[in-house]
Amino acid sequence: MAKTEPAFLVAGFAEPEAMLDAATALREEGWPVELHTPFPVKGMEKALAFRERTVPHAFLIGGIAGALAGFLIQAYANWAYPLDVGGRPLIAMPAFMLIIFELMVLFSVLTGLVTMFVRNRLPRLHHPLFDAERFHLASDDRFFVSLRLDGCDEGEARAAVERMSPASIEKVGGEMPA
Amino acid sequence: MSGKSLTSRYRRITGEVVSIPPHFPAPRAWAILFGISMLLVVLLIVSAAMVFIRGTGIWGNNIPVAWGFPIANYIWWIAIGHAGTLISAMLLLMQENWRNSLNRFAEAMTLFAVTCGGLYPIIHLGRPWYFYWMVPYPSTMGVWPQFRSPLTWDFFAVLTYLIVSLCFWYIGIIPDLASARDRTRKRRWQVFFGLLALGWRGSGRHWLRWRQAYWITAAIAVPLVISVHSEISMLFAAGPVPGWQSTVFPPYFVLGAAFSGFAVVTMLAVMVRSLLGLKDLVTERHLEMLGRMVLATGLMTAFGYVAEVFTSAYAGGYELDTLIDRFTGPYAWSFWGAVFFNFVPLQLLWWRKVRVAPVPAFLIGLGIAVGMWMERYMLLVSTLYRDWLESSAGLFHATFWDWSLYIGFIGFFLAAFLLFVRFLPVISQFEIKEALEEKAHGED
Repeated sequence: MAKTEPAFLVAGFAEPEAMLDAATALREEGWPVELHTPFPVKGMEKALAFRERTVPHAFLIGGIAGALAGFLIQAYANWAYPLDVGGRPLIAMPAFMLIIFELMVLFSVLTGLVTMFVRNRLPRLHHPLFDAERFHLASDDRFFVSLRLDGCDEGEARAAVERMSPASIEKVGGEMPA
Repeated sequence: MSGKSLTSRYRRITGEVVSIPPHFPAPRAWAILFGISMLLVVLLIVSAAMVFIRGTGIWGNNIPVAWGFPIANYIWWIAIGHAGTLISAMLLLMQENWRNSLNRFAEAMTLFAVTCGGLYPIIHLGRPWYFYWMVPYPSTMGVWPQFRSPLTWDFFAVLTYLIVSLCFWYIGIIPDLASARDRTRKRRWQVFFGLLALGWRGSGRHWLRWRQAYWITAAIAVPLVISVHSEISMLFAAGPVPGWQSTVFPPYFVLGAAFSGFAVVTMLAVMVRSLLGLKDLVTERHLEMLGRMVLATGLMTAFGYVAEVFTSAYAGGYELDTLIDRFTGPYAWSFWGAVFFNFVPLQLLWWRKVRVAPVPAFLIGLGIAVGMWMERYMLLVSTLYRDWLESSAGLFHATFWDWSLYIGFIGFFLAAFLLFVRFLPVISQFEIKEALEEKAHGED
């Protein structure tokens, strides 16, 4: 267990464009940046250089697994307990399709959403960022850039953030919570 | 673009939506409505207990009309639910931003309607405690469900639909729960919203993954709706019974479902708007668009009626007999009632003045809910009561317990919806802000 929580520099911006510009510039300088916004802002992918496709892939894999499971359980049940109805085929694909489809949807959505939560490391009810004084506005009308002070020099980081002329700047975390 | 005014609008929108639960605007009206709903919930509990104790014989169900109220009402409820998913998912994919004021409570409506619908067949089982026999599990009896039967499809379709609707609704509401957590000053509300929001902190990467998940779920939810209601129509269409076995049924059922659902969304929109005073978030434009949706899906449903009548007349024989019996037989009231309530007041929606007026829109929606219920009753009873043998024909008459269970479920639906309105953010405020931002950006 880590002795201390990671520390962050939190810079607030009034406008989403200013936040995106600042994040892009800081990221290009090599700082580990993250955004915090009240809604998904257009241009976030670019600013964060986000190219992850894990979640869509999880949906796909879940869907394939669900369809397979749907087919296999129906085929197995008809094989283990054969019901001959007027000589109709036991493995009746047209009759199986609906359950295959439903299970594909169910597995796909559940896998995709669980992956989304796991990748986001949620639920996590407390986070050092919540200690920032105006951070409650991140779900209202304020746009934040946070910079993780993991093994980087705090003074340099602060100078880099200040060059972006944010409306506010603050350091949170870094010590054990009382 | 003036950033200052946009930011102040964001703040106002947040406040307007998320401060509803801690500072509820109409506590008296809410308490009265909730009290009435809870009385009906008591009726539901008594009616369900009576069925469990005395058995399904207390209903009007008989042989040949073994389905009666439970299955007609089951279809009616599930159908209402579909509009919530369609408004939310289909309009999201089409980037129709007016959905943002409606999708949250429309999805809540879906959840509660599907819960009511899903419970009906279980209560109808006769021995409801064996409902889990529908689940394919390796039981010691060595018996598996009959996977080639629409009744087994039904179990999978409704269960999947309920779970997916719940997931879609919940991931959609998380950011708003976070807003509510951050805005409120009272400790118990902070804890309540804080737990539900799962620690959401609006992180950029979180949003991006969230959006991937939300959009893909929406894209899957639309065909899911179509599959679920097509499957329900198979309960009828797969039976070799005149008046049921028709390829028209799947699209006819799906459109009818959307129609009745949009009608109920209109009623709820009028209710939410006046109860919570959200007149600048649920505006005339929303009522206008809902009116258009109701009119469009209503006309498509009317086409379904015409196609069904044509198919029966074209087929002749027993099909034609059943058709004529629907027009003139003992259940003609349900056929003509459905035609009247579904399609006559609907024509008023051609006028914009009617679409944007809350009271007429509400009454037309109520009429459609009644009309679509009559349609399900007509489809079910008028087909079943005349069996192939004259000796096994038998009229169906609903009893007190049929009606009390139905009214009790309506009470349950209302109570659940009122609890939702009271304790959770009813409007997707972050999506409204996102749309405003993008609009302002587009004008730059």
